[in-house]
Amino acid sequence: MQTVLEKVETKPERKVNTTWVQMKKMKMLYFMMFIPMAMLFIFHYIPLYGIIIAFKDFSPGLGIWDSPWNNFEHFKRLFSDFLFLRALENTVVISLLKIIIVFPAPILFAILLNEIKNEKFKKVTQSISYLPHFMSWVILSAMVIEVFSPQRGIINYFITLVGGDPINFMSDKASFIPILILTDMWKEIGWGAIIYLASIASIDPGLYEAAEMDGAGRFRKMIHVTLPSIMPMVIILFILRLGSVLNAGFDQILNLYNPLVYEVADIIDTYVFRSGLEQMQFDYATAVGLFKNVVGIVLILTANAIIRRKSEHGIW
Amino acid sequence: MGAARKKLSLFDIFNVTCFTLFSMLVIYPFWQTIVLSFSDANASSSLGVHLWPDRWITDAYEFVFSYGNIMKAYLNTIIRTVAGTILIVTFTVLAAYPLSKKELPYRNFFTIFFLIAMFFSGGIIPDYLLIKNLGLLDNSLSLILPSAVNVFFIIIMRNYFMTIDKGIEESAIIDGANYFQVLTKIILPISKPVIATVALWAAVFHWNEWFHALVYIQDDAKSVLQIVVRDMLTAMDLSNNSSTAVGGGGMSGSDLLLSNVRAATVIISIGPIVLVYPFVQKYFIKGIMIGSLKG
Repeated sequence: MQTVLEKVETKPERKVNTTWVQMKKMKMLYFMMFIPMAMLFIFHYIPLYGIIIAFKDFSPGLGIWDSPWNNFEHFKRLFSDFLFLRALENTVVISLLKIIIVFPAPILFAILLNEIKNEKFKKVTQSISYLPHFMSWVILSAMVIEVFSPQRGIINYFITLVGGDPINFMSDKASFIPILILTDMWKEIGWGAIIYLASIASIDPGLYEAAEMDGAGRFRKMIHVTLPSIMPMVIILFILRLGSVLNAGFDQILNLYNPLVYEVADIIDTYVFRSGLEQMQFDYATAVGLFKNVVGIVLILTANAIIRRKSEHGIW
Repeated sequence: MGAARKKLSLFDIFNVTCFTLFSMLVIYPFWQTIVLSFSDANASSSLGVHLWPDRWITDAYEFVFSYGNIMKAYLNTIIRTVAGTILIVTFTVLAAYPLSKKELPYRNFFTIFFLIAMFFSGGIIPDYLLIKNLGLLDNSLSLILPSAVNVFFIIIMRNYFMTIDKGIEESAIIDGANYFQVLTKIILPISKPVIATVALWAAVFHWNEWFHALVYIQDDAKSVLQIVVRDMLTAMDLSNNSSTAVGGGGMSGSDLLLSNVRAATVIISIGPIVLVYPFVQKYFIKGIMIGSLKG
């Protein structure tokens, strides 16, 4: 196929011809794609056009096109808007904490689970571990709120057992971010470990045998064989995770936070949601969202470029 | 040698203990919700470990099942999940099959057309304005149409199709079959695993999706279960006191807390996922394996 294409490239008029014949032959395939493409155009590409209201004084009566341009006023406002700057800071803080604490957890989980010899136990543990992954944050927050409840919660029960007073964790600024991190880890640790367990399973057993021959014990094998073998995977996922540093967990926070903890919990996404859909500042909220998306895309493309250079295969 | 062996088995005990504790930690919030849903107001007003209800009562469930809005939302969720899943699977197949053909002219252009949607999105507000301008606010179609084309699923399925041997396909074409026949008669029957994976993912997505329902649907009659649970959470937030009993309206006799009713709603809404979970989880794993490898 490749050589045929190269050959016709030297004769332009014939290339058009063969392409056309091929297209006619495969026209049914284009018909198949048509509806998905039209749907994608309507629901993904048209909203991209809607982004221009970030540069306008949008009034719903005038519509997107006829609303007047406003000379980047929204973006000027952005950097003097205390609430936005707070949200930006919270986003980065929460996200970095999650990267530092939540990201390594599945790696440790996978390495330790791999040391379990009883296959049945391993399987059951793994199945249980990713159950929360299949629940929405609406459902999980209902559970989380009960666990930390000052009326019924098990945590406050233990606090009273050692003589403390119940704490209203969900509206406590000091405990809210730790709760975000803990519950995020609880939800995703098992799911995140799947990919590491798969790459551990593909390690050549010969490597372990060789290490044993050199007198390596179990821990040495974990550190010198297992860990290095999954390191390429770890690095790829780590760079990707860094690329999405502006995603601090919208679903989780929107379902867990409340006005009492906005100071530490309000992130860019939740700020866009409130200022846009609750206060109806469509244009300003779009500008905030655009800022986040542009930075986010630059980060993710950079991440992918780095991975490509390092490992010859990107994510797509 | 003897000491070394002993040390290793100590580690084994430690490891097994850790993972047992971990599993209990994962399950506890679920179990606690079950207990809460079968308890009454008295039993749910004290701090504790709550591993077993004082007495099993089904009042919360009776309330949930007799409360029209929750049942309506349940039905809406089921309809949405079935319709949305069929739509996603259909569009995924229709887009993935042509994109899997290396000899399709301008294939790269079409692939990029789909890929761009994965990286660029308008965001919450432009999406909302589009749905508003299309007149789809408060229309259940707004819950299934925007998510009907999922580029990630398309890539997974395309990758799977590309691994299929071309031989049978080509001979069928030479025998005069068209591509649609090839797709339905040859490709789809041997692609059941990937179709099952995508269908399961799509079903879980629709079952759990709440954001579109929150933003696009105001009418309670069109609401979904996730929103019912969410509304109960916010109601509690506002009163800032979860001891408010659900009084009067539809309730008879024993008093329940909003928390008991909410727990029962949570249980009926995760019920279907938990029940099929043990049987289908291998397909989810398969999905992430196919998806994580590049095509």
